[in-house]
Amino acid sequence: MELTSEERAILAGKHGEAARRALEYQIEVGRFWGARRLVPVSNVHMMGDIEVMGDAGLEYLREEARLEARCRVPTTTNARCVDFAHCDKLGQDPAEVAKEREIIATLRRMDVVTTDTCINYQTVYQPHLGEHVAWGDTGTVIYANSVFGARSNFEAGPAAFAAALTGRTPEYGFHLDEHRRGTFSVELKANLSDLADWGAVGKLVGEAHQDYFAVPVFHGYRRTPTADELKHLGAALASYGSMAMFHFVGVTPEAPIDLSFLSEKMVIGEKEIESVYSSYSLGDGDARLVVFSGPQQSLPEMKRLAELFHERKIKHGAACFVTTNGAVLAQASALGYAGTLQEAGVTILEGVCFYILQNLSAMRSRNRWTNMVSNSAKIVNIIGAHRFNTILRRTADCVEIACSGVLR
Amino acid sequence: MKFLSVEKAYGPTVEGEALVSEEGFSPRYDLDRWSGLITRPGHRLEGASIVDKVCFFPSAKGGIAAGWAFYDIKWKKIAPKAFIFGVTNPVMVQGAVFAGIPITAGWTPHPREVVKTGDWVRVDPGRRLVEVMRAGSR
Repeated sequence: MELTSEERAILAGKHGEAARRALEYQIEVGRFWGARRLVPVSNVHMMGDIEVMGDAGLEYLREEARLEARCRVPTTTNARCVDFAHCDKLGQDPAEVAKEREIIATLRRMDVVTTDTCINYQTVYQPHLGEHVAWGDTGTVIYANSVFGARSNFEAGPAAFAAALTGRTPEYGFHLDEHRRGTFSVELKANLSDLADWGAVGKLVGEAHQDYFAVPVFHGYRRTPTADELKHLGAALASYGSMAMFHFVGVTPEAPIDLSFLSEKMVIGEKEIESVYSSYSLGDGDARLVVFSGPQQSLPEMKRLAELFHERKIKHGAACFVTTNGAVLAQASALGYAGTLQEAGVTILEGVCFYILQNLSAMRSRNRWTNMVSNSAKIVNIIGAHRFNTILRRTADCVEIACSGVLR
Repeated sequence: MKFLSVEKAYGPTVEGEALVSEEGFSPRYDLDRWSGLITRPGHRLEGASIVDKVCFFPSAKGGIAAGWAFYDIKWKKIAPKAFIFGVTNPVMVQGAVFAGIPITAGWTPHPREVVKTGDWVRVDPGRRLVEVMRAGSR
């Protein structure tokens, strides 16, 4: 790999042992992918919480702190596994909660800005066309590449953290023009009137193309999609297909004009969308857990939920969770949306994602939850290892299920 | 000797028992990270253990969290010996390199033609080879 004089200085330990180790690790990853050099990044978004890191990750972070690791570029954190205001009520393990506090304090000492959000692209930082960043969660990466035209690979926690310490990342994958071109087309003939419908599109396209380097080109849609719609589409594509980029003709900045070079064509109409909803087993019919999370809710999503839950109550014995970040929650509280949801019996969790909640499997057993209903195709996909039977439903249907206790 | 050529590879040479999957893998979506068992309902290897195995997966699924997960399972001593992927994504590679677990991507021929679950295999990242040393007992 070609290294600049600055990179050679980092490798020589002139910027500290933490940066030296980080760059060594990045070079190893870059070699695997055939990267010829590293590219400077202007922003890092990293996943780091006790649920994903475990004791091993925590010990690693302590070692980094001893080495006086320090971010060289602005770095923010993804959604985490504990909302300290709710951890006791949720029955989260106090020892793990203490470790979560330690992780947050340690990251802050290293100059990480603990935003605890997976919707940084809606609320914190919007990179511009061509800007190189090192982001993780996958939903943030696909949004950055597709909607902003910024450039990032999926950067796992250790990889994003390394990028924070060195201010660069190996140049492979979506940093390169050659991987950013569309590889197949998808004609959207369906109306896609609910966020869950956009997730369903992501599921259909993603499941059929499980390949990081597959880049769908959406076209034929007759309305301008909203940011939240693109967010659910992207999150689902990344989740089901491991994809990091899509194009949307007339919407995203790098979308091709001529689609004739794309040999594979997929068409999604109403029938295909309905087939997604009818594909879920209702299991034992349990309708006591409804979740709006994965990604965290934006302010418009909070507003819509408040409208749907207005003067209604969650069915006795059922639970409904909404997750969002601190910024959105502050505004949603000021605007009365949070109050409306809480009056209905909804639990709003801040700075977390439902699927990475510490102790989720135990929570499921204790509450005897068998099914999880959500309007997020992503969370419906990823929560399986916790042994939930999951069901995707449209937003208003989810609210109806939460309030009636009847699963349809 | 039967063997696979792989396109990309990282890590030292290791040997172990093969676990061959027809379905892709995520340590977050599919795996119980305390036992090393694949627990996602409906996964084609549901109930199988990845501990100390050389795992063959056609594809990688989803998630950023996998990067920490490999280090976590290595620490808990429930990691596989190696990951052999058909197509993979950066997270799997970043996670495996971070944990020091050998990983390869891209294969010729398809493993179903040369290796079965239970076979003893050697993964040689330096030579970009996965060799079947002997057939399993079943």
